[in-house]
Amino acid sequence: MTTLIQPFLERWAHEHRSQLEEYRLMGRAFLRDRLAVASLVVILLFLFGAIFAPWLTPYPEQGRGEPKMEEQFQPPSWQHPLGTDELGRDVLARVLFGGRTSLSIGFLVVIIAVAVGTPLGALAGYFGGWLDEAIMRLTDIFLAFPSLLLAIAIAAALGPSFTNAMIAVALTWWPWYTRLVRAQTLSLRERSFVEAARGIGVGEGTVILRHILPNVMTPVLVQATMDIGSAILTGAAMSFIGLGVQPPTPDWGQMINLGRIYFISRPWLTTFPGLAIFLVSLSFNLLGDSIRDIADPRTRRAVR
Amino acid sequence: MTEPLVQARQLTKHYVLRGGLFSRRQVVRALHWVDLTVYPGETFGVVGESGCGKTTLGRCLLRLVEPTFGEVLFRGENLLQLDRETLRQRRRYFQMLFQNPYLSLDPRMNVLNLVGEPLVTHTDLRGRALAERVAALLERVGLSADHLYRYPHEFSGGQLQRIAIARALALNPLFVVLDEPTSALDVSVQAQILNLLKDLQAELGLTYLFISHDLSVVQHVSDRIAVMYLGRVVEVGTTEGIFYDARHPYTQALISSTPIPDPQARRSRVILQGSVPSPLNPPPGCSFHPRCAQALPLCATEEPRLVDVGDGHLVACHRAG
Repeated sequence: MTTLIQPFLERWAHEHRSQLEEYRLMGRAFLRDRLAVASLVVILLFLFGAIFAPWLTPYPEQGRGEPKMEEQFQPPSWQHPLGTDELGRDVLARVLFGGRTSLSIGFLVVIIAVAVGTPLGALAGYFGGWLDEAIMRLTDIFLAFPSLLLAIAIAAALGPSFTNAMIAVALTWWPWYTRLVRAQTLSLRERSFVEAARGIGVGEGTVILRHILPNVMTPVLVQATMDIGSAILTGAAMSFIGLGVQPPTPDWGQMINLGRIYFISRPWLTTFPGLAIFLVSLSFNLLGDSIRDIADPRTRRAVR
Repeated sequence: MTEPLVQARQLTKHYVLRGGLFSRRQVVRALHWVDLTVYPGETFGVVGESGCGKTTLGRCLLRLVEPTFGEVLFRGENLLQLDRETLRQRRRYFQMLFQNPYLSLDPRMNVLNLVGEPLVTHTDLRGRALAERVAALLERVGLSADHLYRYPHEFSGGQLQRIAIARALALNPLFVVLDEPTSALDVSVQAQILNLLKDLQAELGLTYLFISHDLSVVQHVSDRIAVMYLGRVVEVGTTEGIFYDARHPYTQALISSTPIPDPQARRSRVILQGSVPSPLNPPPGCSFHPRCAQALPLCATEEPRLVDVGDGHLVACHRAG
């Protein structure tokens, strides 16, 4: 079996040896950056916890929202390491299940924002003229509102739900990618390889797909990584004020909201979901920072 | 006489500088009323100092920028009237080699994709056939098939320019604009690249438009030369005609400024006074007259046109002819 695929593997390795070497150097620089490794570990732990939540906790039905009133407000113990909430549900189970909604909001918001913002930015920067004006004025309109306020308004108009909260946050987020990609595209357009491609007779659309987009992906990836943390935070804020995920589906922001009235007497209701939000968004920020340094060979050496 | 390959007629490119709210719009005359004829198989040099419009000329000839006015005839067909798709298809016949190969090659593409891009764009070559064709091209420019999967940052400037040459010649073009192809390279590499270009020209019957500010390089490679000043062509002639029988005062000053590699040699030097006027408001009449030692009163009012002073030697000067 191995002998059958080996020639193909060797051929592939030969054709991609420059890239493999590049990845190897990046991997080394990454491993040297302790903070970034720690961030990645935290993120992976939370992802693992969210994905395997039903098997990690003995109370999956409580994690999904089923009350058990006789165990209300128990402080952390061996049976309930993070205590129980106002409906007697295990807080650890709620945090694990809440990670499913909070992390999905974070990832989906950024994916939507990148998917909408990147092509618009590339079009605006590459073609310029009235198209650029139209797209940039549109982004200005969106950016003119404080983002949380705009998200609240949109979510309030659409009605509170997981999907609507996600749409609302994504709508306030895409203009940043449009601006970022437009600025990158403007500087790339002045590099002569874009002119060279046109001189060869490559069509405009192909120039954007083949030469512009691959060259803007690094800053977009860095920005996206950092933004996942902020998107989780905003998503939590939406749920905190009741415009996001609705009970009984758990969400970190919503848990803080529900626990806030018992903040003094039963701090474990708010502390642990709050800690989850804090750790995850901080980790994504630090990871993004590190990716930025590593992706650029000039700053890579500075990482020790 | 043979049919011209490329002809420019009254080629003009004005850039409009949009001023602020209260300043008026200004026009930069990058290229003004340029007439040129390039014949098949020759190397046509274009010289002039920085900012004289050499590069704009090359770009306008290939319609990489849209000229404001004029015609570019390529084998008798006006490129400026072609629709987008026809022009795109015609591009396989004329190519440009850029000054700086560090900037003209996409850093995210490997050599196979870089050199293969023109072939993928204009032919059906794909996969193994494409790789073989690219490897053959690489060998022709002095590289090898080992370099197929390498990326631009792994090469030196001279090697990168060889890759750019392979890319420009992949489709067997008829006409290549060489925009200062050696000025971003070390002196030792310059000669190698120039010789490679000369060999390829002899082998493939290419026609070159060679843009440079380096007079000795232009003298070395060109059959005929056009001298530009402030967006205008002031003199066109054979290489001997320009270097040994310059008629335009600007050309004479330019030629006398080239160092002679012989410490014993002495010759009269024409030292120009002042500096090049801004192309934002070029002087009226002959644009060279404020710096010209031989200026006539006529020069300040009337713009001289290119006239033939014999054997196809063209000069734009009231003194000549």
